Amino acid sequence: MKRSLVIVLVAVAMLVAGFPSTSVAATEIQFWHAMTAVLGDRVNDIATKFNASQTDYVVKAVHKGSYPETLNAAIAAYRAKQPPHIVQVFEVGTQTMLSSGAVYPVYQLMKDNTIAIDWNDLIGPVKSYYSSGGNLYSMAFNSSTPILYYNKDLFKKAGLPDKAPATWDEVEAMAKKLQAAGVKCPFGSAWPSWVLVENMHAYHDQPFADRSNGFDGLATVLRINGPFGVTMMELLARGSKEGWFTYGGRLNKAEALMGAGECGIFTTSSAYLGNLTRASEGKFTWGTGFLPRLAGFPQGNSIIGGATLWVMKGARPEEYKGVAQFFKYLASTENQAWWAGVTGYLPLTNAAAKAMEASGHYAKNPHQKTAVNQMNSGKTTPNSQGIRLGNFNSVRDAIEEQMENIFSGNKTPKQGLDDAVARANEILKEFAALYK
Amino acid sequence: MKRTVFRNRWLPYALVAPQLVVTIVFFFWPAFDSLRLSLYRASPFGDRLIFIGSGNFARLLGDPAYFRSVATSFAFSLVVTFVGLALALLLASLANARIRGLAVYRTLLLWPYGIAPAVAGVIWLFVFHPSFGVLPYVLSFVTAYQFNWFLKGWVALTLIVVAAIWKQFGYNLAFYLAGLQAIPGSVLEAASVDGADPIRKFFAITFPLLSPVTFFLFTLNMTFSFFDTFGLVHAVTQGGPGDATSILVYRAWKDGFDGLQLGYSAAQSVILMLLVVALTAVQFRYAEKKVTY
Repeated sequence: MKRSLVIVLVAVAMLVAGFPSTSVAATEIQFWHAMTAVLGDRVNDIATKFNASQTDYVVKAVHKGSYPETLNAAIAAYRAKQPPHIVQVFEVGTQTMLSSGAVYPVYQLMKDNTIAIDWNDLIGPVKSYYSSGGNLYSMAFNSSTPILYYNKDLFKKAGLPDKAPATWDEVEAMAKKLQAAGVKCPFGSAWPSWVLVENMHAYHDQPFADRSNGFDGLATVLRINGPFGVTMMELLARGSKEGWFTYGGRLNKAEALMGAGECGIFTTSSAYLGNLTRASEGKFTWGTGFLPRLAGFPQGNSIIGGATLWVMKGARPEEYKGVAQFFKYLASTENQAWWAGVTGYLPLTNAAAKAMEASGHYAKNPHQKTAVNQMNSGKTTPNSQGIRLGNFNSVRDAIEEQMENIFSGNKTPKQGLDDAVARANEILKEFAALYK
Repeated sequence: MKRTVFRNRWLPYALVAPQLVVTIVFFFWPAFDSLRLSLYRASPFGDRLIFIGSGNFARLLGDPAYFRSVATSFAFSLVVTFVGLALALLLASLANARIRGLAVYRTLLLWPYGIAPAVAGVIWLFVFHPSFGVLPYVLSFVTAYQFNWFLKGWVALTLIVVAAIWKQFGYNLAFYLAGLQAIPGSVLEAASVDGADPIRKFFAITFPLLSPVTFFLFTLNMTFSFFDTFGLVHAVTQGGPGDATSILVYRAWKDGFDGLQLGYSAAQSVILMLLVVALTAVQFRYAEKKVTY
């Protein structure tokens, strides 16, 4: 024990002694993220390019696992007083971060370092989602919104025209034809709660939670068991029972079905474009369309998912100066357009969207335009600016648990939604009690 | 038992010190910390810590879903332990026979133990997968019933039970094989001379003589299925569909590290800890009396 202690001490001493030699030249900036595969490579590209562009700062991009794992790592590090400078947090963690008291708001950071950025050029949904009191709290980074995909080969097989369904009635009718033609997964969806509950409510201008979905104060009551939510679930429950809706699991697990060419119609994030392109190469062709609309309900807008970059408290001013420089670099139109182009995420500024249009990027990649068009054609209302809930991850679990009970026929749509609301309210009240 | 006498008074303490330090740092400290945290409503970043006494426990005990989780955990652990041990004993008896290529069989049977629970889960996930799994494909020739564990709770539970048994199988087998080989051949020969058939010999001689091994494996498998199956559930079902596979250890993790409700999660781990302590105490108090060493 003693010997290993000595070894540990020596190792620590070496690390401590070793640090100055590497960081004297440049201030190191820790950037923790959750991007994997191709996306992870692109994040490394950003860091490399930024580091090459100047000599004062070195951004170290570190992959910390999934979104929840990255958030947990940042929380543990913050509690141990060793926080990273920048951490990528998914949209579900937004309220947790806003309430935490552990963040250095981005608008403040830029102001303190006298760097002017035109935040008004940010696209509306992104700006509203991550602002509080009109000020941007985290740096917009990767945002996506759900869209509809359809398998053209299976459409042809079922004798359907090469056109995406625009309404849920059309989805049902087309899915039934696909089913009759022997398609295994006529209609499927990934991210069950995000796409089919959260987005569907916003897309039809229906409230998801009280206090404007948590934008006017901490929400404590979910509103998903109203007439719209029940109608939507009744439709899906019927589909599951009749076999034209195939439930493929939580998170993005169902994407495996679409990628394998088994689904006729599919809804998931617009960020799935890249993976679908790779999965379908030489196997099948596909198209995209807007999310389907439910007749009889008003027009809202789809909401965004993805993540933003949060700056943690507890670092030195010169390090924050570097963070501000890095964000300035990120915010440039050139970088924004490049990032959106190589990843399929939404361009976050109007300038970037224009640049991508001008360079002919969308003419070459028309499917990347679908999400942009969908968001531009929608109406931003208090119900469609986003959803900000405490303990949102647990709330989502509560909803998906009950969706499974509904789709399997264990519970009626109304019963399942009532149970989800009861459980979610308890979770929301816990969070509100923490920050009252 | 032979008593060892140390001349130096401090030497024995020094010898057990490393283990004590490890136990204190990695067991007692976190356990007491959980105990403390379970009395609070705690914010993720640690800036808010509100004492609520038994509030977290009251929330748990007033929740029917929590009792479902308790029931699922016990059912899961008991099935994994009993079926797992029965299968291991059966195959150990066969593998103990004098047949050609025995060493190869033994090695193959021990293999699954070297696999992490999460990997074992993924292997069985592929076997069971509704769209590209082997099992649903084969079954589709027999019945029109859809074995979709994304929606059918009992299929999901069966999947993780099978994966858990399979994963723990090699370990159980190794102990049973060793136990079988330690049984003196003369005793079994004497029984044969007395005219006992193999089944009689097994239940009258082999099984009682294996009772220490069975007892040890029983305790170990119960603990394994209570705690170590976390990776399995996490990799395959995430507790679903509904809450069909939401065993206690998975729930505690999910509410704590996925949901960031730390005090609530700590209360769950305290209950889990008490359950396992009680279970082990009962086993040692009652079951061990029936064990002949």
